[in-house]
Amino acid sequence: MISLDGEFLRSAFRSMLKARILENKLSSLYKAGKIVGGVYLGKGQEAVSGCLGTALIQGKDCFAPLIRDQAGRTAFGEPLIDCTRTYLGSVEGPMKVRDGNIHRGRPHKGMPAMISHLGAQVPLIAGMLFAKRLKGTLDGCVGATCVGDGATSTGAFHEGLNMAAVEKLPMVVVIANNQFAYSTPNNRQFACGDLVERARGYGVGGYSVDGTDLMACASVIGEAVKQARLGKGPQMVVAHLLRLSGHGEHDDGAYVPDSARAGYYGRDCIEIAIEQLVQGGYASQAEIEAWREEFSEEVQRAVAQAQQEALPDPYLENWSALSTTFPYIPS
Amino acid sequence: MSVTYIDAIREAQEDLLREDDRVFLYGQDIASFGGAFKATKGLAEAYPNRVFDSPISEDAMIGLAVGAAIEGMRPIIEMQFADFSSIAFNQIVNQAATHYYRTGMPIPITVRLPSGGTPGSGPFHSQSMEGLYAQYPGLVVVTPATVSDAYHMLIDAVKMDDPVIYCEHKFLYRWLKAKSIKGEHLPIGQARIARPGKHATVVTYSAMVHEAVRAADRLQQDGWEIEVVDLRSVKPLDIDTVLASVARTGRLLAVGEAFPWGGVTAEVVSRVTEEGFHLLDAPPQRLNSRDTPVPYHPKLWAAHRPTPESISEALRKLLSF
Repeated sequence: MISLDGEFLRSAFRSMLKARILENKLSSLYKAGKIVGGVYLGKGQEAVSGCLGTALIQGKDCFAPLIRDQAGRTAFGEPLIDCTRTYLGSVEGPMKVRDGNIHRGRPHKGMPAMISHLGAQVPLIAGMLFAKRLKGTLDGCVGATCVGDGATSTGAFHEGLNMAAVEKLPMVVVIANNQFAYSTPNNRQFACGDLVERARGYGVGGYSVDGTDLMACASVIGEAVKQARLGKGPQMVVAHLLRLSGHGEHDDGAYVPDSARAGYYGRDCIEIAIEQLVQGGYASQAEIEAWREEFSEEVQRAVAQAQQEALPDPYLENWSALSTTFPYIPS
Repeated sequence: MSVTYIDAIREAQEDLLREDDRVFLYGQDIASFGGAFKATKGLAEAYPNRVFDSPISEDAMIGLAVGAAIEGMRPIIEMQFADFSSIAFNQIVNQAATHYYRTGMPIPITVRLPSGGTPGSGPFHSQSMEGLYAQYPGLVVVTPATVSDAYHMLIDAVKMDDPVIYCEHKFLYRWLKAKSIKGEHLPIGQARIARPGKHATVVTYSAMVHEAVRAADRLQQDGWEIEVVDLRSVKPLDIDTVLASVARTGRLLAVGEAFPWGGVTAEVVSRVTEEGFHLLDAPPQRLNSRDTPVPYHPKLWAAHRPTPESISEALRKLLSF
């Protein structure tokens, strides 16, 4: 295991906190009727996502975030304005609001835009790495993606991870087992004990980690990324936690039993992280409060800016799904 | 010395590998084995780090291709049979086809689908999927019917920045011969008059072009001159060439090997009815396969798909109005 690096912990935590503040704001905007469509939060998963995003190198690695990866996106360099523009309908957003909410990305910067079909980004990241190998630029690169416990039941997840293993690609798949796929509990999703048992079957590295524990996530996810970077093939991390929100903000998550909420994984990774940072001397309480202030202002600015920008105009929209014009004569 | 349709497909891939470093081939059994139909024979030896055997994972094959395209590559994915692309349907229609509209970044992948029926192949090695893919925005769907189209359309498909579903007909692989591979080079999106005529128009594509020409030859003995339009690409569909032909003949029969509900022939009839109703002297007709899975036995198979006999019969009915 790697030794804990104070700067890594501080960076990861800052992405966690920024994501939480942003997502709290998104929730308020949704409840105020300011956001059309779904709002999907990563509450309770910030330590896992933030550590993964922090362990990746912007401009070199690639990262396919999923539905609950605001922290990882932030850590990987996605500006907050990409999020607020996409949720609030600004045509300046990365998807020009042709797609919404968490279905956004910057593929030219190594962060593809997710589709809703779970597991689909696993082979896609494998393909990005495969291309880097063909181009001779793979050395020292890592590609990562996140899925939930539900996605592990899909064919795409299986095909993609198996393919990455066959091709020995430097891929890290982080499975956030938040115990519920929408409303479906783990016992209706898979029959093995811990999903990490599957790693051996795929011939990939396997890790299990307490997803509510920043220190543990930093150490284990950091190690998985390091092993992939060293050329040890795909690595699979299973993080145990509980989703602290509904599936989306339309969902109150009433199906989550009180015992789960009151149980060990019901604890909030942000609160745990603050304790760990302060007690370990990595950050002071005052510093954390200052960050909170800074991020709250940053979020307000990102929301205000997006709200001032133009909404899409169907009369100005380019209604073409192809970049080519026909008849097609190659240049 | 003659060359076949599959020679053209193989040669196009060889030329693409030689001329463009961004091109690679990925598919089942395509490396040293040379592919189930030998469309990649010898290419892995000539280009050892550019031609790869994939696991039996159609979904992941297209997922990998899309990821590689994001990184600037131009992958050609061979589905062993078009039928198996149903496993990859999600990655094709939701990942590849939506990408340009959603993100502004086109996905230059080419998916080769060995399509259509051959005697004895049965329900799962005979399908024609072009209509299904053409339904989705963001895909180009081509259906070459000639040796030179097989070559040029594959070259152009790979050069194109958008995802292309390249439907190659298995029946034509070794049956269809030409004097040279690089014959006439028409652009994708332009149809071709395969046989000129004046009494009725058959609009068709892929292997059915040849069946339609045979039917036209039969009717010629009775003095009927049938025009056969080869669509070449079903999406985009060159409706101008179709309408111009219908303007000459006043009669339309759309023929396809795919299942009869919806699809390319329904689109052709619908577009002609909408845009050229005034040109029609008779109700437009369609002829497709029967509405059952493609049967195994050659006798059943031959009666399942349109044939020169059934096309002739449909044309006689059309001419009787």
